[in-house]
Amino acid sequence: MRKKIKKTGLLISFLILFLSSATWLLASGNLLIKNATILTVTGGVIPRGDVLVINGLIEQVGQNLTAPADVRIIDAAGKYLMPGIIDTHTHIALSGTNEGTDAVTPEVNMAEVINADDTSILTALSGGVTMVHTMHGSANVIGGTNVVLKLKWGQPSEQLVVKEAYPTLKFALGENVKQSNWPLLPGRPQRYPATRLGANALIRSELIKAKDYMAAWDRYEQLKKSENPPADLLPPRKDLRLETLAGLLRGQLIARCHAYVATEMIEFLNLSKEFGFKIGAFEHAWEAYKIADELKAAGVGISVFADSWAYKMEAAEGIAYNAAYCTKKGILVSINSDSGERIRRLFNEAGKTVKYGLTQDEALRLITINAAKQLGVDHLVGSIEAGKQADLALFSRHPMSAYTRCEMTIIEGEVYFDREALLKERAAASAKKGGLS
Amino acid sequence: MRLMSMAQTGRQLKDRKNSNLLLALAVLLSVILIIPPFSLAQTAAAAENGSEIIAIVGARIVPVTGPVIDSGSILIKDGRIAGLGTSISIPAGARVIEAKGLIAYPGMIDSYSWLGLEEISGVRATVDNRETGRINPQVKAIEALHYDSMHIPIARANGIVAAVVAPSGGLISGQSTLVKLDGWTNREMVIKESLAMVIELPALRRSRGEFSGLSRQQPQISTEKVLDELRQIFEKTRMYEKRKEAAQKSILLPPPDFDEASYFLLPVVKGELPVIFSVHADKDILQTIKFVQEEKIRAIFYGVEQGFKVAREIKQAGLPCIIGSLYSLPPVGEDGYDALFLNPVILNEAGVKIAFSSSSASAAKDLPYHAAKAAAFGLKPEEALKAVTIYPAEIFGVDKLMGSLKPGKLANIVLTDGDLLELGTKIQKVFIEGKEVSLENRYTVLLEKFEQRDKRE
Repeated sequence: MRKKIKKTGLLISFLILFLSSATWLLASGNLLIKNATILTVTGGVIPRGDVLVINGLIEQVGQNLTAPADVRIIDAAGKYLMPGIIDTHTHIALSGTNEGTDAVTPEVNMAEVINADDTSILTALSGGVTMVHTMHGSANVIGGTNVVLKLKWGQPSEQLVVKEAYPTLKFALGENVKQSNWPLLPGRPQRYPATRLGANALIRSELIKAKDYMAAWDRYEQLKKSENPPADLLPPRKDLRLETLAGLLRGQLIARCHAYVATEMIEFLNLSKEFGFKIGAFEHAWEAYKIADELKAAGVGISVFADSWAYKMEAAEGIAYNAAYCTKKGILVSINSDSGERIRRLFNEAGKTVKYGLTQDEALRLITINAAKQLGVDHLVGSIEAGKQADLALFSRHPMSAYTRCEMTIIEGEVYFDREALLKERAAASAKKGGLS
Repeated sequence: MRLMSMAQTGRQLKDRKNSNLLLALAVLLSVILIIPPFSLAQTAAAAENGSEIIAIVGARIVPVTGPVIDSGSILIKDGRIAGLGTSISIPAGARVIEAKGLIAYPGMIDSYSWLGLEEISGVRATVDNRETGRINPQVKAIEALHYDSMHIPIARANGIVAAVVAPSGGLISGQSTLVKLDGWTNREMVIKESLAMVIELPALRRSRGEFSGLSRQQPQISTEKVLDELRQIFEKTRMYEKRKEAAQKSILLPPPDFDEASYFLLPVVKGELPVIFSVHADKDILQTIKFVQEEKIRAIFYGVEQGFKVAREIKQAGLPCIIGSLYSLPPVGEDGYDALFLNPVILNEAGVKIAFSSSSASAAKDLPYHAAKAAAFGLKPEEALKAVTIYPAEIFGVDKLMGSLKPGKLANIVLTDGDLLELGTKIQKVFIEGKEVSLENRYTVLLEKFEQRDKRE
């Protein structure tokens, strides 16, 4: 019992540490980070450089900067400062992932199920991640709308939402929506679609319905505005499912499509041309290297794993060269975690692409500026530039090295993860524990 | 090689000097015509069976068990390292590999994998690593090992030359094997056919990380009960053996009926076959140490996520530890977000012999990155390197053959353009038992296939 209390106490002290490190500068968001090797991503590398942060924004990037009075100075000599890592495909900080009972559920919205207390946020922060695109799952052909969050642990969920990001709608193709890897249980009918044919056809039919729905509303609005509207004129029934799809067709939402094999990506590109909607990126896109020309021509990016593959049939031709090869072909590539564990070593995953052909600078872009571009927030984050938000991650060595370790994670000038402080706290807790026993 | 063939042919001709001139001329003519392709074939055969003499020249050499040589040569002969150093004379006829700017390391050993037992984890037809039932000492990993697995050449192209392949699941999972990552059949790959019995003690069910506030969930069955069950199984095995021996001595005593578990556990209770114990929590580790000592069996620990809490006890018991995958969250939240990364550091500092593992098939190539991850959290880089080379060789009793670059050992050599454990390092050449193995793999084949699109008019 006593031990349990001690353990709980230790845990609470960790939590307090995180909360307190977050609240120290809550009011200010002011920092001067000195003497780091600064990997700006868009403006080269500054050896022994400084970054001045005022009110959560990067005020100045350079050398020998001075801070106004009362601004906390962090000496980062020997360390590497990079932009905060952006994960373009996760499911963390949500209290639900899939509304999988129906193959079509665009009416559901992940912004309504944000869980700001999910400890995966802290796990992510311990790996330098500051922003995530947290998404509906891949159980349905048309999932819900997704949300982009900043990992401001301790703040209410509304404060986490990045409103400037593209509004995105999840689509999914292949084995998950076919439910190919689920056991067929007696008495349970198979859900439509059970083939890739059905998945594609279902999307087309839903989009035709959405177009009809839009036309019905257009007709209603037209008649309403006419000189002699019919006496029995009634508006069409509101359909939230079709409203969302209409939003996609009107360009208010962009599609993010979970896809693995080349054919399903080509056909989704064709659907986007047929119906005139925009694709933000293909998710996973393991066979993107096979259709790099088509993706390049369509201007569609990919959000992929570095090398997690062969976990199902459609991932059996996922080669670790994918990210590097597609980057060289001019496709906008980001590396995602899709995992509450891998998220804390996303920098390692990006680093792996160096073996397959990228430079360290190019690899770094996969989890910073490229990710920001895919989410429509590259004017705010994704690089270390004056005027951008001060989302930063400090590493013991070059973040693309296997030997590196995240030391500190900062969002808008506030420290959300500080390994050194955590170690001090642990030492103090352990000394206290030793003193008691 | 060609010179040798000429000399041999010359001798043959001499023997036949009494034959008539025409025949001699005919032989000479045919020899001239035949020699080039014949000697080429012989060279290829030598390359294939590892009998080629190879000299790696001008490389930085990291022998692991000796000091680093800034620029030296390695001579490979009959599949073994014949010489290594700065003053190696290269015999005529040796294939010389200029390795200036490259680094030579011993090939890595993956201490726990499913290579060849799991192809596509989500497709059951391709998964052979987990037999049904709880007590399966009779199953042998080597007998199902798919030597042509697509994951093997990928691991090899990352500098891994040997791997433990282990069955898993249940309580007694079966017999693991130690194989080299080269061979035309599963049997050609064997280093140690039956390496160790795998026994899986109850897992720690994962709570959600340092910050979750969830305390450790108790496993469904207590380790104490499981160890009691094992005691009974081992006792039964000893009785089975006694009854067999007695029956051999006296015709009046009938031999016992065949008992599968006892039959296959016999080498374990005799202390001939070690056991890889998959064990996780600190208390379970302590209980298992006691069990191993009482039962007088040879043991290797695997997993050991909370080993850092009982590092001194593990050291005292002299038990080596195979570290499980570091691509995982700590199973016990209170241990700290970095507990899995610090665990090998603390065990190593306490003097416990550690070895890293991929604990995977499709991610077996990542073995070096697990070691580097621990190094990022304080493990000395030299120790991280040892924990993927010489330490596993010692743990599995093959350190006379592999695990470091030393004259007399098998020529398992990796040539790199950088640090062996670093993410961006490109492996240039891999030698397994003196044979240069192909680095072609599913990644490169598919890449090359689709790069053809770029070459269209």
